[in-house]
Formats: sequence, structure tokens, C-alpha cells
Amino acid sequence: MLIDWQAFRLTIELALVVSGTLFVVGLPLAWWIAFSRWRWKFFVEAVVALPIVLPPTVLGFYVLVALGSHSPLGRWWQSWTGHTLAFTFTGLVIGSIFYSLPFAVQPFTASFSSVDRKLLAASATLGASALRTFFRVVVPLSVPGLVTGAVLAFAHTMGEFGVVLMIGGNIPGVTRTVSIGIYDQVQASNYAAANAMALLLLVFCFAVLTVVYALNRRTLDPGAPIQRSWTTGPVK
Amino acid sequence: MPAEAKPANPALSARIRKIFPSTEREFSLDVDFNAAPGFTILFGASGAGKTTLLDCVAGLATPDAGRISVGERVLFEANQHEAKARVDVSVAKRGVGYVLQDLALFPHLTVERNTEYGLAHLPRQSRKQRAAAMLQEFRIEHLHQQRPGKISGGERQRVALARALVTDPGVLLLDEPLAALDAATKAKILDDLRRWNQAHRIPILYVTHSREEVIALGERVLVMEQGRIIAQGTPHEVLRAPLQETMAQLAGFENIFDATVESIHEDRGTMLCRITGCPSPGREAGSSVLLETPLIRAEAGSRLRVGIRAGDILLAIAKPVGLSARNVIAGRLVSLERRDMIVSARVDCGVEMDIHLTLAARDALDLAEGRDVWLVIKTYSCHLMKK
Repeated sequence: MLIDWQAFRLTIELALVVSGTLFVVGLPLAWWIAFSRWRWKFFVEAVVALPIVLPPTVLGFYVLVALGSHSPLGRWWQSWTGHTLAFTFTGLVIGSIFYSLPFAVQPFTASFSSVDRKLLAASATLGASALRTFFRVVVPLSVPGLVTGAVLAFAHTMGEFGVVLMIGGNIPGVTRTVSIGIYDQVQASNYAAANAMALLLLVFCFAVLTVVYALNRRTLDPGAPIQRSWTTGPVK
Repeated sequence: MPAEAKPANPALSARIRKIFPSTEREFSLDVDFNAAPGFTILFGASGAGKTTLLDCVAGLATPDAGRISVGERVLFEANQHEAKARVDVSVAKRGVGYVLQDLALFPHLTVERNTEYGLAHLPRQSRKQRAAAMLQEFRIEHLHQQRPGKISGGERQRVALARALVTDPGVLLLDEPLAALDAATKAKILDDLRRWNQAHRIPILYVTHSREEVIALGERVLVMEQGRIIAQGTPHEVLRAPLQETMAQLAGFENIFDATVESIHEDRGTMLCRITGCPSPGREAGSSVLLETPLIRAEAGSRLRVGIRAGDILLAIAKPVGLSARNVIAGRLVSLERRDMIVSARVDCGVEMDIHLTLAARDALDLAEGRDVWLVIKTYSCHLMKK
């Protein structure tokens, strides 16, 4: 069999869980980064952006240590569930969430920041709480950025290698993702199998991104004249 | 709308101090005023602190010290030397309607949804009813399914008013709500607003720098300048008061003269002022010119200043006749100086005046130094200031 379908299913599952979790975790985080006036905010921003520049092996290594039985977290998990987090699918999810965090949070933050503050002020004077303002004004006006963030997190997780190798190893059906499978086939000089899986991954990722960007453009299109229109209101 | 007689609504009273530290120019807002139900106009040039004042009342900006209350209800209270405000009701709970300067309509919501936005606490059915009634009152019910981007500026203005008023605010703040509209649209919206005010009678702070709106709406006017209220009263009283002479105003006038009121013509709304320039070489001191100016609150013999913009003065090479302008003064061209694309002409007509001309005008009139000319100045081009 040229293509390891099990690895494909596992990779997509991982990417879905990670991008879904990042959507839930990333929204409040991005909201905070976009609107907080805390003077040490830049510190949090730097931490969020770290995985962009950090080698995946470094990130993977520390996550592995943190999840292992020598760390408090690892010990707590082990006493709770009876097994260690390393070399499990859950461990893989945790590592991938850190690894893809900036790819979700940065587009979220950028789109939140571009919402006109006057709209937030207007919402507040109309009696809306911060939460209501967020869901009724900020989120609807940030849809393209939210979609972009979720999709980037998804695609980025689909293609990750170093973090998976460090945390998950290569257990078929548990932690063997497509990129690990490809590496395996190349190591075994099965170039035809490696090529089949690489090509499939390439086509799949390309298709996902194309569809999303096309949809995003459509949702932006009718909105464009609207967004322009209220800036043409009275000027001082 | 039901125009039943209501008990009088409480007045707004505000004492606000707020300092904006800045390296270039420190700005401070320091006001103390009451606004009874009805229109109170905040009138002044841009940068006078009008919008900041509204932001403080709405809770969007926090004063350093002061007290803001509507009747018995305190919205804000802080002392100068205490770090934390004693009372600071959140924006959402103040019950202050605010139409921001650029309206801030929600672009993704229809007119109807925009109008319903502030009624989230009501059940869906009454929300729809209230919004529909308000849209009808402001004559925009036919637009209820449109987005703000698809309607005209006047219509957007009405939506913003409807959206703020539907929440039944205790105070209404309007920041130059009609600035971008043409006169006809403006007049219609003003009518609707006046009608609403007659029925509801809540304190309305209305920011504008248009004299026209002051006269159309004014029950009471507060004139603001550099963060202070410098005059208050009826539009009639306030618009007639001589302006405070400040650097901001001086900067706009190339010609500034000391003036003495000679006579007052109540019936014509004008007065005659004798202006004197500074003595200069080649011209004896004490020479003067009589100017007709707008009537302000002054007495014969009052000493004022007159400012005239160099671009507001016409220059003629023969004595003009049949003009509406009341001041036609003979003089002699002292100097012509080109400054980029304009020509600055200095004319001695008893006092020395600076006049700005285009290059084409200079050439067409064949102007040269020493030539006899006439200056034409409209009554309302003479701006009177306190000395």
C-alpha cells in the first residue's frame, strides 16, 4: 500500500482538535492582547510569537520534559490517569497547541485591533456589556481574520514534524502522522510511497487554503463598501 | 409619539477637571455647568474640548476630578487628591444616549438591528415594536432592512439618532450630528429633533460650531474655548458677545487694530468703530479710519480690537459704486510682495492694512507701489474681540 491512510486520518484528527481548541483558547487571548492596556503586555505577545522562530525540536523537547514523569504536571497526570502523557495522542495535541498558537492568535488579534474603537464606544453607550460587545460587534466584524487564524492553525498542524517526533515518536495509529510516515518511507528508500503521501498532503493543504481564501474574499466583498461607508460620515 | 404631560425630568449637572499632559501643549478641561431639560448648545472652535466634555459625561473618558449627576443620581464623583474615583458608573449603566461624531453605526447590522441594539433587555416582540415606532418617528421605517452602507448621510444621521433615543436615555449627547449635511436635510432633521425634545424634555448637550444651528435650536448656549466655558446665555446674548482675544484667534488675522466704538446702531445691527494703527515711520501717529462692524454688546467709547483677514479685503483701482459692502476706504499702495502663489499688498489708508491678492489680480490691475487704490471690507469681515 502506497498511502498510509491511518496516518492521514490521525493527522486530520489532530489538526481538527488543535485548531478547534485554539479557536476557543485563542479568542479570549487575542481579545486581551488587542484591548489590554497592561504595560507588560509585550511580554505575553513575545511568548505567543515564540513558536514562529523556535526550532520545533526545542519546543518539543521542553514540552516532552514538562509532560514526562519527572515534572509535577507529568506526575499529576500519571497519578490521575495511570499513564504518562508523552507518546500519546493527548500529548501530541498539547504540544501542537503551543506550536500553532501564534498562527491562530496573531490573525485574531490583528482583526480585533482593526475594529473601529468608536463602534465599541457606541455599543457601551447603548448599554451593552463587554461580552455582548465582543460577540455582537467585534466577532462579526472579524470573521475573515477568525477564519484565517483557524485555517492557518489547521494547516500548520497538518504539516508539523519536529514537535511530533519529539513528543509522540512514531507509534502507528497513535502518534504517527503523515509527515513522520513520509520521513519513515524515505529512510527505508521507498521513494514511491513517500512521493504518494507527500503529494497527497500537498494537494490537500493547497485545496483547503484555496477554498478558505476564496470564501474569505466572498464574505469580504459585500462588506467592503459598508466598511468604507461609515468612515465617510461627518468629518471634523 | 404620545405627548402626555410628564413630570419634569432631572437636569444634568457637571463639574469636570481633566488634564491631558502633552509635551507640546498641555490641554486641560475645566468646566462647571448645569443643563436643564431641553437643548444646551456647546459652541466653540474645534479643539476647544467639546467632545472631551461629552466623553466624560458618557463615561468614555474619566475626569481627574469632579462630579457628574443627573438629578439625584450621581454618575461620577472624584476628588483631586484621591487616586480612585468615589463613584464611577460604567458607560453601559449611565443611561446616557450619545450620537458620536462619525455616528459609529454598526456596519454589519441592518437599520432595524442597529436601532434594536440598545434594547437587549426587552423581549423580542417589544424590542421590535419600540424600534419600529422610533424608525417611523424619524421617517426611516422604509429602510429597516438596509445596511448603513447603503443609505444616504442624512438617513444614517437619523438612524444614529433613533438608535440612541430608543433606549429612553436620561441625557442625550449629540456631537456635531448635522455637520456633514446639506441645509435642507439639516433643517428637516432639526425639526424632528425639536419635536422629540418637546415631547420628552431631557437634557440634550448639542455640540456644534455652526452659528446657524445655534440659532435654530438654542435655548441656552455655552461657549467653550481651550477647555473652559467662557460665556453662556441665550444664543442672542452669546453670539453678540465680543470674542475673547486668544492666540488661536490672533493667528488667523493678518490685520489687527485697536478700535473705539463711536456709535451704535441697534436698528441696523451695526456699529461704527474708529480704528487706529501703530504709528510707523512716514505716517503721523493718530491717523485713523472709521469702520462699520457688526453690533456686539458694547457701549460708545468701549475699547476693543478688530481683526480682518487679509484675504477678506477687496482691492479696487477706481472708487467702486453700487456695492453692498459698507466699508470703502481710499488709500495708497505702499508695497507689493510676492509670497509663493499670493501677493501681499500693504495699503496705507490712515492705518496700514495687509491685503492678499492672486498673481493674476495683480497683473490685471497693473498694480505698482505708490498707486491710489480703494479697499472694500464687508461689515461681517470685521471681527471684534475683547481687548
